[in-house]
Amino acid sequence: MYKISEHKLLAPCIYGMKVYAPRVARAAQPGQFVIVRVGENGERIPLTICDYDREAGTITLVVQIIGASSRKICALKDGDSFTDFVGPLGHPSEFIYESEEKLRSTSRLFVAGGVGAAPVYPQVKWLQERGIQTDVIIGGKTKDYILLASEMRKLGARVHIATDDGSEGFNGLVTGLLEKLVEEGHHFDQVIAIGPMIMMKFVALTTKKYGIPTIASLNSLMVDGTGMCGACRVTVGGQTRFTCVDGPEFDAHQVDFDGAMRRSAMYREMEKKKDCQCMEKLSQESK
Amino acid sequence: MAVKIPRVYPQEQDPKVRSTNFEEVCYGFTSEEAILEASRCLDCKNPRCVQACPVNVQIPAFIRELKKGDVEAAAAVIARDSALPAICGRVCPQETQCEGSCVLGIKGEAVSIGKLERYTADTMRAMGKKVKVEVQPSNGHKVAVIGSGPAGLACAGELATRGYTVKIFEALHTAGGVLSYGIPEFRLPKEKVVVAEIQNVKDLGVEIETNVIVGRTVTIDSLMEEDGYEAVFVGSGAGLPNFMGIEGENLNGVVSANEFLTRANLMHAYQSDADTPIYVGHRVVVVGGGNVAMDAARTAKRLGADVTVVYRRTEKELPARVEEVHHAMEEGINFSFLTNPTAIHGDEKGFVTSITCVKMELGEPDEGGRRRPMVIEGSQHDIDADVVIMSLGTSPNPLIKMTTPGLETGRRGTLTATADGATTREGVFAGGDAVTGAATVILAMGAGRRAAAAIDAYIQEKNK
Repeated sequence: MYKISEHKLLAPCIYGMKVYAPRVARAAQPGQFVIVRVGENGERIPLTICDYDREAGTITLVVQIIGASSRKICALKDGDSFTDFVGPLGHPSEFIYESEEKLRSTSRLFVAGGVGAAPVYPQVKWLQERGIQTDVIIGGKTKDYILLASEMRKLGARVHIATDDGSEGFNGLVTGLLEKLVEEGHHFDQVIAIGPMIMMKFVALTTKKYGIPTIASLNSLMVDGTGMCGACRVTVGGQTRFTCVDGPEFDAHQVDFDGAMRRSAMYREMEKKKDCQCMEKLSQESK
Repeated sequence: MAVKIPRVYPQEQDPKVRSTNFEEVCYGFTSEEAILEASRCLDCKNPRCVQACPVNVQIPAFIRELKKGDVEAAAAVIARDSALPAICGRVCPQETQCEGSCVLGIKGEAVSIGKLERYTADTMRAMGKKVKVEVQPSNGHKVAVIGSGPAGLACAGELATRGYTVKIFEALHTAGGVLSYGIPEFRLPKEKVVVAEIQNVKDLGVEIETNVIVGRTVTIDSLMEEDGYEAVFVGSGAGLPNFMGIEGENLNGVVSANEFLTRANLMHAYQSDADTPIYVGHRVVVVGGGNVAMDAARTAKRLGADVTVVYRRTEKELPARVEEVHHAMEEGINFSFLTNPTAIHGDEKGFVTSITCVKMELGEPDEGGRRRPMVIEGSQHDIDADVVIMSLGTSPNPLIKMTTPGLETGRRGTLTATADGATTREGVFAGGDAVTGAATVILAMGAGRRAAAAIDAYIQEKNK
C-alpha cells in the first residue's frame, strides 16, 4: 500500500511523486489534501494533492524539503512506501458545486507561489477540462522554481510567470504581476491564491484594493487532520476556525495572516534541530 | 461469617519517581492480594454491582472463581460481557458504578472490583492464555463499524461473535481511538494492554482498516450501496476541542488537551526518537477539571514542567475520577480552585508569557444542580505561564452528519439515537461519545454492545 513511483526532482529541493492510494484517488477533489507519515516514529504532516488518477489509483504529490519529515519523504525512492497515507481531507474547492452557468460567467485568476502551483494544478485542470478558461500566475525565486507551467499551458490555461530575479517572465513578485494584469485591463471576478502565507497575505491586500473576492488555501500545522486536536486553528473574520475541517480554503480578506504566520513558527526551533539530526542520519545511511 | 478484612490496596510507583517517567502508576494485585481481596466479596444474591456496570459483567461470578484461585475461569466469566477487561479494570470510574453500589461500601469500603478485573486480565496475558470465546458460524451478513475506540471495538466484537463479518474503519493510523491517542501510557500501557486487547477483538474475526476517514475517504452511502454493508455503526468519538473564546487563545503555547495528549500518546512525542515535536515549556497551566485535564497535567509534569490546574469550581465539583485527582496531587500538581482565566498574554513573537485569572465563588445551583460559579469583583490576577492547555470538552465533528443524508443531530450537534443506538437513518446505528458527548470508555462500550444487539435484530428482521 501507498507505494511510490515516478519519484523525481522537479526543482532545487522540490520533488514530485505518485503514490498508490486507490481509496484516496477515488474520492479526491480539487482543493483537498492528504496526511502522510514515514516510519514508525514519523510525524503526521499535511500535503496538498497535485493530481489524482482514479483509474490508476494514484495521487500525485509535490514536496519541498523544509524540515526533517519532508526531507525523509524526498529521500524515498521508487518502490518505497509511505507508512500511512490518509485523505482526502478538507472541503473541496467551492466552485466544483457551482452551476455550469455560474462557472462560465466567472473569470478566475489563480496565483501560485512556489510549491503552491501543485494544489492550483488540479483546480485549473478541473475547470479547463470543463471548457472553462482560467488565468494562472506562477511565481518563483528564479525560473528553476517555476513549477507546472507547461502542464497548465497544456490544459489551455493562460499562464503568466513572475520571477524574483527576472530570469523568466515578469521581473518581480506575483503581486506586482497581478497589479500589472489588472492595470492593463484584465478583469477578474475571483482570485484564488495558494502559496507561502506571506504571499497569500500580500495577494489578499492587493485584491482588496481592487475589490476582487479572493480565496486563500491555508497550510496550517496539523496533527491528526480530522478535527480532533485544534492545532490548525486560525482566525477568520474574528472567529476561530479549524483549517482541517472548516478549510483549507477561506475568504482571504477575512484571514488573520499575521496570526497564522506566528502559529506556523510555533515549532520552528525544534524542527531545525530535528532536521539537522535527520540530515546527519540520511548522510550516514548513504555512506 | 468471615472476619472483616480491610480493602486491599495494590502497590503503586512512588509519586516522586513516577512523576518523572511514563511507567504505569499502579502495579496491580499480586495473586495473594487478589485472593484476599476477592474473599471480601459477599457474593450477593441480587448483585447491585452487576446492574451498575454498563456492560453488566457478572461480577460476583468472576470473583467467586478468583476466590478459588482459578483465574482462567474468572476470565471466561468476564469475557462473556467484555472484550476489554484490562482496559476497563484500569480506566472505568468504578467508584460511581460497580464499586459505588457495592453493599460493603455502605458501611465500609467496597470490594476493589476494578483492580480484580485488571488482575484477571493481566494474569491471563502474563500466562500467555486467551479465553476461548464461542463465535457463531458466519451468517453471511456484513456490518461496517466507524471508529476503533471503545464503542466501535465493543460493537464489532459482539457482532463477530454473533456470526457477522465486521470491518472497522479507523481514521487515524493506529487503532484504539481515545485508548491510543488520549489516555496516557502511565495510566493505560499501549503495547501491553491496548494492543493486546484490540488483538483479542481481531481474534474474533474483526478486520480493522486504518487511514479511512468516513465522510471523506468513503461515505456511509458508499459503504452501504457499493460495498454491501447492510448496517453501519457510528462510533466516531467526541470531536473538536472547545476553547474559551478569550483574548490570546491562539498564541503559541496554547493547545487543546487533545492536541497535547495526541502528540504525547499517539505520536510518542515524549520519546526523544519521535519526529513529532511537543512544546512543554517550564510553567504549564491546565484549564479544566476532568479526567482529560488530569491526564494532560500529569503528562506535562512527567515532561519536566511545573504544572497548575486551574478550575472554576471547588475540589468537590471536579469531574475527574477521585483516584486521578489523588494521583495528580501526590505527583505534585498544583491546583488553583475557584479560578477562571480571562485572558492570555504573549511576547512579540506570539509565545505565551502569562495568563490572567479571576477568583470565583459558588452561587445558586444551575439547571444541572451544580452551583454556578460567579466572578468575585476585583479578584483579577496574573499567573506566569509559557504553556496553557485547554481541557474544556469537545463539540461533535460535523463530518459524518454533513455527508450522510437523513442522519439527524440534536441541539448540541451529537447524533440523535435511541437507547439501543438506532439513528434517524435506516440501517445506521450510533453510540459512544458521538451520541452522548464526551463520556467514559465503559459507557461507550455499553452503547456499542447494545447497538450490536439492535443491529443483529435489524438484519435478522430485514432478511426474514
